[in-house]
Amino acid sequence: MPDKFLQNVLYIDLTRRRFWIENRKDLFEKYLGGVGIATQLLLEECPKNIDPFDPENPIIFAVGPLTAVYPLASKTVAMFKSPHTGNLGESHAGGRSAIAIRSAGYGAIVIKGASETPVYLAIHESKVYFRDASILWGMWSTFTVGRIIRENEPGAGIRTIMRIGRAGERLVTYASVITETYRHFGRLGLGAVFGSKKLKAILVSGKHSIPVTDKKTYRELYDEIYDAAVKSPIMRKYHDLGTPANVLPLNELGALPTKNLKQSKFEYAEKISGEFLAEHYLGRRIACANCPVACIHLATLREPYIDEPYFYKTTWVSYDYEPLFALGSMLGGFDVPGLLKLLDEIDTQGLDAMSTGVTLAWATEAMEKGIITKNETLGLELKWGDYETYRKVVINIVKQPNEFYQALARGAEYAASKYGGKEFALTFGGNEMPGYHTGPAAYVGFLTGARHSHLDSAGYSYDQKMFKAQETPTPEKIADHLVKEESWRQILSSLVICFFARNIYKPEIAVKALKTMGYEFTIEDLNKLGREILKKKYEFKFREGFDPNKLRIPKRILETPTPHGKLAEKEIRKAVNLYFEKLK
Amino acid sequence: MAKRLAVIDTERCVGCQMCMFACARRYSVGGLGKSAIHVKSAGGVERGFVVVVCRACPDPPCAKVCPTQAIVPRKNGGVLVKLDKCIGCKLCVEVCLIGAVIWDEETNKPRICTYCGYCANYCPHGVLKFQEIEEAT
Repeated sequence: MPDKFLQNVLYIDLTRRRFWIENRKDLFEKYLGGVGIATQLLLEECPKNIDPFDPENPIIFAVGPLTAVYPLASKTVAMFKSPHTGNLGESHAGGRSAIAIRSAGYGAIVIKGASETPVYLAIHESKVYFRDASILWGMWSTFTVGRIIRENEPGAGIRTIMRIGRAGERLVTYASVITETYRHFGRLGLGAVFGSKKLKAILVSGKHSIPVTDKKTYRELYDEIYDAAVKSPIMRKYHDLGTPANVLPLNELGALPTKNLKQSKFEYAEKISGEFLAEHYLGRRIACANCPVACIHLATLREPYIDEPYFYKTTWVSYDYEPLFALGSMLGGFDVPGLLKLLDEIDTQGLDAMSTGVTLAWATEAMEKGIITKNETLGLELKWGDYETYRKVVINIVKQPNEFYQALARGAEYAASKYGGKEFALTFGGNEMPGYHTGPAAYVGFLTGARHSHLDSAGYSYDQKMFKAQETPTPEKIADHLVKEESWRQILSSLVICFFARNIYKPEIAVKALKTMGYEFTIEDLNKLGREILKKKYEFKFREGFDPNKLRIPKRILETPTPHGKLAEKEIRKAVNLYFEKLK
Repeated sequence: MAKRLAVIDTERCVGCQMCMFACARRYSVGGLGKSAIHVKSAGGVERGFVVVVCRACPDPPCAKVCPTQAIVPRKNGGVLVKLDKCIGCKLCVEVCLIGAVIWDEETNKPRICTYCGYCANYCPHGVLKFQEIEEAT
């Protein structure tokens, strides 16, 4: 049974500056929380075929029954209609966001309407304040915005502060929402939806206790999960080097997209590896609330000012595998200070690092091929690894001084549709690719995953498993595996568990944990529910015009060999079709 | 000798708040409403964290200001809290310079560390230690 707070959905209408709370026990009993709930709310709240920047586009945040109760259940799910793909938008982030929402007394928050003037929302338990954010609008840095709100509001230690940068204000379709300074609702343009509503930030704080039904088992099970989290080798890996631990193994495998995937091995991979960064730049590791792992790695970049001797500044930059791929190997760059400064600029402006990197990679190749010239770029010459120029391009993507930059602000797919070079625009379902050229399953995953993300069904992981086992991932096997994996991940992201802990929260542990909270689910029930939630997501996608037959496969992925050899379009399409047949 | 919770090295703190959740879990509840220890950033997480917990003063001001003797000094340092006597005046909160009297909004009573050491078992990074109080010299 969902407890009395989890059942609460906070509705906020920015147009009328009103808020109210509705009891949605009906939803929480059936769909647990997180993505299960958010999908239902999206189907309820988002009118059909709406423009993503229409005030009626809802922003939905949801947490789950295990949030603030068990370790590593610390993610918040955001759902909305994506301005980047024009379809299902879903993004997850940690920090303190999930704990704060649950402790404020809510299972979900739905934000609709649009303000006429900039606002930020301060949600302190049952009180919601619509604060004037005119002073914050247009401010150069998201870091400054965070600091100002932090100093003006109570709740230090028990609050989340989600904010957008200028990229979100200016509706760059892959603008991010940043929370706790170093975590992101990165993908699919939630930041632009905030911007379209003149919503600069949301602060949530609260301290409600969360009742547990089976108190004795709770403490035992907590210890079991906690021990697994602090002792397991995989968690150790995330703690030690963080996700960048993947750079070298993927490069070794020949799966690290390099120079817009003209290559799948990067000769300078060592320079952007987790090992190299840890040794030379790692300044601090931090954690999401209620997670002992502390996978968040902050680099320190010490730079001299050139106008005065012995005058330095130190910048903190949060780095992960995906930004290192997207801004490192994908751009053929290995000058770490340059890379970190570019990443810092991306966070300052509030963009998604992955989409930005892959879009820059397309633009660099387009320039190399003469498809675009200095006329379009306003005199800038994009070259592999030239970070100073990339920084200027990023600022122009936000400013959008001409048609070309307006196009780049909509991502690689849109820019390529306007200027050409689609065959090397590495987007899937409109979303820029992540850093895995591992084999067919990865791409089938990007194409079929409900949000076209590697995290939907982790095809990249299946490719690697098959490679190790020296087996061929056939379309049949891929489709089987991905449907199963993506279905189960709906349960994890309904509870809402960090995917890093997916090997700890196995089905039997999930059932046990739910039982301590008063839910009676069997493993079979959960499997069924996972599939149902996934189908609901597809119900939304098809409603909004998704067509598997129209999915574009960029030629580039077929040209550059993967660990499983060169990929065949026919096989990928076959697996995609099988996926949708199996999902029926 | 009495024991207390010592903050050994805040620089090792990653801000996971496992200690806070552990403290609340003594009452078999989730969330942070019952925690008597508090972790917050030192002005932005990149600057690290502040761990706030009763340091078991030998002459505790919170006990001195309590008008109902709900807070009484413990032998060898620290305090004992008798919630039945508390009238919720919050004088103890005001007088504690380090902010270690944490207000429980759900009961309208203070939460002060009981020196049980439970949270230290859940500090994965060596920040907290449950140890003997050194004699004041």
